[in-house]
Amino acid sequence: MKTPEFSAGPVVRRAGQLYDNPEKKAEKIRLTIDGREIEADKGMNVLEAAHAAGIEIPSLCYLRHINEIGSCRVCLVEVEIKGARVLQASCAFPATEGLVVHTSSARVRRVRKTMVELLLSDHHRECTTCIRNLNCELQNIADNLGIRNIKYTGEMKQLPIHNKNSFIVRDYNKCIKCRRCEAICSKVQEVNVYSAINRGYDTVIAPAFMQDLSQVACITCGQCVIACPTASLTEKECIDSVWEALEDPDKYVIVQTAPSIQVTLGELFGYEVGTVVTGKLVAALRRLGFYKVFSTDFTADLTIMEEAHELLERLERGYKLPLLSSCSPGWVKFAEHFYPEYLENLSTCKSPHEMFGALTKTYFAGKQGLDPEKIVVVAIMPCTAKKFEASRPEMGTSKFKDVDWVITTRELARMIRQAGINFRDLPDEDYDTPMGIASGAGAIFGSTGGVIEAAVRTAYYLTSGREMDVLDYEELRGFSGLKEAWVELKGRRIKVAIAHGTGNARKLMDRLRAGEQFDYAEIMACPGGCVGGGGQPIFGTREHKEISLDYRHNRADALDRIDYSKKLRRAHENPAVKKIYEEFLGRPLSDMSKKLLHTYFTPRGESPGFDFGGEKGRFAGHVEENLHPVT
Amino acid sequence: MKIENIGDLKALKEKHYPLIKQRLGHRNGLGLTQIMVCSGSSCVSTESQAILRELERELDEHGLNENVRVMKTGCLGFCQHGPVVMVHPGEIFYCRVKPEDVKELVQTHLLEGRLVERMLYQEDLTGKRIPSINDIHFFKAQERIVLQNCGVINPEDIEEYIARDGYHTLADAILNKRPGEIIDIISKSGLRGRGGAGFPTGKKWEMTAAQDVTPKYVVCNADEGDPGAFMDRSILEGDPHSVLEAMAIAAYCIGANQGYIYVRAEYPVAVERLEIAIGQARETGLLGKGLLGTLFNFDIELRLGAGAFVCGEETALLHSIMGARGEPRPRPPYPAQEGVWGKPTLINNVETYANIPIILRRGWEWYQGYGTATTKGTKVFSLAGKIKNTGLIEVPMGTSLRTIVFDIGGGIPGGKKFKAIQTGGPSGGCIPEKFLDRPIDYESLKEIGSIMGSGGMIVISEDNCMVDLARFYLEFTQDESCGRCTPCRVGTKRLLEILKRITEGHGEMEDLDILERLSLDIRDASLCGLGQTAPNPVLSTLSYFRDEYIAHVRNKTCPAGVCKGLFSYQVDEEKCIACGLCAKACAAGAISGAPKQPYRIDPAKCVKCAACVAKCPKEAIVKGSDKEAKINENAGIFSGTGSQESRAAL
Repeated sequence: MKTPEFSAGPVVRRAGQLYDNPEKKAEKIRLTIDGREIEADKGMNVLEAAHAAGIEIPSLCYLRHINEIGSCRVCLVEVEIKGARVLQASCAFPATEGLVVHTSSARVRRVRKTMVELLLSDHHRECTTCIRNLNCELQNIADNLGIRNIKYTGEMKQLPIHNKNSFIVRDYNKCIKCRRCEAICSKVQEVNVYSAINRGYDTVIAPAFMQDLSQVACITCGQCVIACPTASLTEKECIDSVWEALEDPDKYVIVQTAPSIQVTLGELFGYEVGTVVTGKLVAALRRLGFYKVFSTDFTADLTIMEEAHELLERLERGYKLPLLSSCSPGWVKFAEHFYPEYLENLSTCKSPHEMFGALTKTYFAGKQGLDPEKIVVVAIMPCTAKKFEASRPEMGTSKFKDVDWVITTRELARMIRQAGINFRDLPDEDYDTPMGIASGAGAIFGSTGGVIEAAVRTAYYLTSGREMDVLDYEELRGFSGLKEAWVELKGRRIKVAIAHGTGNARKLMDRLRAGEQFDYAEIMACPGGCVGGGGQPIFGTREHKEISLDYRHNRADALDRIDYSKKLRRAHENPAVKKIYEEFLGRPLSDMSKKLLHTYFTPRGESPGFDFGGEKGRFAGHVEENLHPVT
Repeated sequence: MKIENIGDLKALKEKHYPLIKQRLGHRNGLGLTQIMVCSGSSCVSTESQAILRELERELDEHGLNENVRVMKTGCLGFCQHGPVVMVHPGEIFYCRVKPEDVKELVQTHLLEGRLVERMLYQEDLTGKRIPSINDIHFFKAQERIVLQNCGVINPEDIEEYIARDGYHTLADAILNKRPGEIIDIISKSGLRGRGGAGFPTGKKWEMTAAQDVTPKYVVCNADEGDPGAFMDRSILEGDPHSVLEAMAIAAYCIGANQGYIYVRAEYPVAVERLEIAIGQARETGLLGKGLLGTLFNFDIELRLGAGAFVCGEETALLHSIMGARGEPRPRPPYPAQEGVWGKPTLINNVETYANIPIILRRGWEWYQGYGTATTKGTKVFSLAGKIKNTGLIEVPMGTSLRTIVFDIGGGIPGGKKFKAIQTGGPSGGCIPEKFLDRPIDYESLKEIGSIMGSGGMIVISEDNCMVDLARFYLEFTQDESCGRCTPCRVGTKRLLEILKRITEGHGEMEDLDILERLSLDIRDASLCGLGQTAPNPVLSTLSYFRDEYIAHVRNKTCPAGVCKGLFSYQVDEEKCIACGLCAKACAAGAISGAPKQPYRIDPAKCVKCAACVAKCPKEAIVKGSDKEAKINENAGIFSGTGSQESRAAL
């Protein structure tokens, strides 16, 4: 298979579009920046207006529409107010008609430099050994400002690094208190794990009482990692364990790649955002030494089969509705914490990579005559939540841990570099069979709206024997990121809904709580779905001014193009899927399916680390690794 | 009883006025004696409430209940001489009264009709005992407008406030005036925000009134956080209704129906008085639904703060009211546009509100008569530090610092020399002697590197070290910084570290430049007022007392003998009588000696607790510069060395 190349792909109208009709005609204003009269949209802040005019103002705490709190003071500019030049944070100062702004006066440069020097004076500057080396916004700004020495020296924080959980590492000593993690966690995801603790110099941005993320209601989505400008928040790296398995001659290390990896990995090797690099991805994995290179898209197709049947079963037998998708482990954990009364509504399907792991150690092992003990399943995922999911004790119904190691897109890129593979020069190669065969439906699992569309396509076919038209979604009451549509199934009109980002999930669930009726809803924890996952590439270098969020649209479009380019676009048409039902599982929702491909959920409470009712209301000390040791 | 119109208010005033009249020095013909016991926090802390109980018991015992009334009143400001008890008629001012003095007071004053001479205020210069408050210079030199009711009425009785024309202006406002008219009067009066920044109050009201959004809110900032400042506390404790009345007027003007008073939980007396006042105002229909029988609704809720200094900043205060962490946010939008719950909000300080009723009652022209060209009216200041008359004063704007410190404040105790005065708390600067004659207002203080602030004044004498003082304030602001913006969170920490270095004798001359540079950048770059003003103590001391910094850095000496790292205690051998008391007092075992020989202090062991200084009958233990001690130690000449060898050499 060749990497499909598209100049301008056909416009696919899909539910998952992130920004609906972004081109609203904004009222224009005129202002003067650095002596140039420029035009800007009314409602923009000075930083945005300058950016639109090609003037870059450095910033650290600013995250468009999410964090505009003017706290790092790096984006300070001089604004003329009543004849005086006043320093203002450009990210929080509105651009207004006739405003006069100086973004690079001597005073601005001097103060800006002081701000960055002060930040550096309380930042563990171990750049060469830092995971964000060359991809760090603080490093980048320090370089741009030409900081060669730091006049201000003094106490530097020496706080223990929280790295005991299986998904996210928190290094308080590199935190610059930009509060972006807090903003994305509270405003976008509405999980509210982080807040400022203590005052003055002792301020830290942390979960309550500085607990580990495994001890609070963290959904492990990793959006905070994406938002972090430094290496204060990073994924829990497990590259070394994967290398170790690859080195072991006794082990068969089988790798699977999530749908979205093929459209994001290229970004880390200098490709345009939205470039599809499936063939090179496969080639790279083979060169790393994996025994088989498979695609999670295959089990995504399988998930569609299982979930579509589950939906039909629920509709037929009058079981609990709505059916809520469960392929996003961040969303699953969110539901376990905040909506435990709806756990019965969650589809019992494991997420595709776990299904994959279970089948590899049973079906594939049997087929190939391999000892499941010797199989190591590595999943390349866009996700930190899947690291947590893999460590759940219930994910091992085949008697073996379904997935041994989950590594993110970023970690895979590091492995490729460590192995000295020149990614750009790789040939395009195809996935191994049979678990590398996938339909376009499996591919669009990677972006919001994809799961439901794929499942409904199949359910529609299963019930009517006909293929269905394109779903037409309507935005729900102005919330982009929350949509609904009507579909006819078995002569019954059913209402489906989509939410991405747990903030939107909360809105949807609250409407459900308030008594609104849905039949089927797809919920993804990350904004944009897996293309915006917490394990995806982070842009901290000077070439990329916008944060990753802005790239999600392009990545989603790339998945659409993959779907569109495939002959095989329906999960139920996938020959490998058909075959596995024939040879091994029997039929969807069979006993074997239920044993290997389905799971259960656990209510976790909103304050898991605390036992408010218990003896003296003390800290209960429920630590994830107590349940399942992380090696 | 519900008050429905001005007539009801007037009737209440009639009923209570005779009592008030007597307290103001007029005859009332009732044949009653009234005893007012100061119940401000300062006097409460020196047992004024025990005096009150004792008085009640004693009067009961003597059967004087019919003719003598005892009641609480607010702070008179002469806190240095508290607890204060006043007896009317005669406006007799008893100070430093103890509960055990009550018997004598009742016996002598009430039964025998003679003054208790020893409890009267004694004038410093002449040594004369002064019976009447009207003859005490401390009070004579003041102009009490905002504090007019403090010490006169019982703050826990709304009817006494009404008897002082209270709530009359509110009634007049909602029954007879349009909001625009009232705002116009406030604007013309020239009243400026007393919280510190001095923003024209009328303009703020106008801006909030102009917002086309409902609901709106009225907020009172009672989060007085400067160390040594207690103006707002005293007003709330002595005259809480004046603030409630003003808030109701403000609500009427801007179109709000809900008010919040944000007061710190560390002010329990003020909180209690406010709770009582709000309760009484609700009972009488002056708060709640349908004020004075009109359709205008207004109620007030208290919000208790946990005492964070930054919550005095208006946007932080708003966050705190809404239950969030008290952190400021950039402005615009201003609270007038987006405040509590995102709605237009009027925020004024306690003292600003306390000015409103009297301005409306007596007219803007009258109010304009006080103050300077740019700043009208009076200002309440709290005097603290090295000053004789610690307490609360009110003077017209434009009064000189010299009048405040030396005339009203009585100067520095112990014949010590004046060094500087710190105005505006941790956000202000230190003003040296050369500016003492400046008339003070917002602008003039700013010109000389300080600020008006909320009105805290701390007097600094020659015994204080200016570097140490700057260090103290920075410690405060660093601790109180919310940690949100970089310059305040990290910058003030670095300033503090440099200052600590200097006070410990490890400073370099280069540090002075870094201090200055960094201070200016912090001032320029900080998000809110706390950070922007935090370097003021450093900048002002650097500019006016640079020689002290240089002494610390170059000579490694602290001229005031405060910085412990820079001096050592030494025994003056001429004066020492070898009594050995010092050695007994020393917990660190640093003093040794033998009979008939001068004692010695080992600087290596000495912790500079000064216990020996206090014990020495001959004042033979003196501070010497650390440098000197070290030279002497090396030369083995002088006492105080630690090593056996040097002692043997002696």
